[in-house]
Amino acid sequence: MSQGVQEVGLYVRDQDEALAFYVGKLGFRVHTDVRNGDYRWLTVQHPDQPSLQLGLFKPGPPVHDEATAQTLRAIVAKGAMPPLVLGVDDCRAAYERLRAIGVEFTQEPMNRYGNVDAGFRDPSGNGWKMIEARR
Amino acid sequence: MSVDSASQDPELLRRLLRAKDRMDAASHEDWPVHRLARVSRVSEAHFARSFKEAFGVPPHRYLLTRRIERATALLRDTDRPITEIAFDTGWKSLGTFGRTFRDITGESPSSIRARTAAHELGRVPACFVSAAHRPNLTIAVSEKRRREAADINGPEQKEVP
Repeated sequence: MSQGVQEVGLYVRDQDEALAFYVGKLGFRVHTDVRNGDYRWLTVQHPDQPSLQLGLFKPGPPVHDEATAQTLRAIVAKGAMPPLVLGVDDCRAAYERLRAIGVEFTQEPMNRYGNVDAGFRDPSGNGWKMIEARR
Repeated sequence: MSVDSASQDPELLRRLLRAKDRMDAASHEDWPVHRLARVSRVSEAHFARSFKEAFGVPPHRYLLTRRIERATALLRDTDRPITEIAFDTGWKSLGTFGRTFRDITGESPSSIRARTAAHELGRVPACFVSAAHRPNLTIAVSEKRRREAADINGPEQKEVP
């Protein structure tokens, strides 16, 4: 057991849709998917990074009241959640592959000071930068 | 008459975000309301109002801030001629670019260029550095010009009751 960040969560508008996106398109794996009534604890992980789980949570009861849930849904849909970064070995190849299967890119791959980055969003509106770091 | 954007339909907000993303990706292009409305799949009348409710600024003003942000980055990070940067970031004339740039940032393109790059942001991924320098345009450019003109001309300009 090592110390450090183990799980970071995102809000998504629909957990089935998010699962199809993160697992079916980005290639993550399901780590935990358990339900208790309306509540569903769903986390995925990158195949190369088993130490970190990415939680895909739907705002709503019993954790949030309806007004809070609506605010959270609006924030996500407006793309106002903090930036997320996915490290890749080959940004251009990943871009071509993901675009071909319908990932919504917001920015084509660009060279910046030796790094290559592209931008995409998940179906809910969470924004990712995909960065190939200079080697 | 402030409208709480939290009351807007998240599905609509997600589609408005798509229009904003498209402006971000190609801020040098023309983005008339009918084009943006088509991206968001709403009527033109509905679009401008909904966009402002969602993002706090009218769509054309948002586009201006993105153009200025991009021009600022190019002025800072490249040694390309200012004329070329003006045309590349979506302006039809150097004069309009220079005037709008000064109105929004308070500085001329050449003086921004003369100042050194923001070294303190060197550890932030470059794609986010640019956003950190986005101008915060809370009022219309025309209103900004009007207020500055009023400041320069002083109170004598006021009508005496």
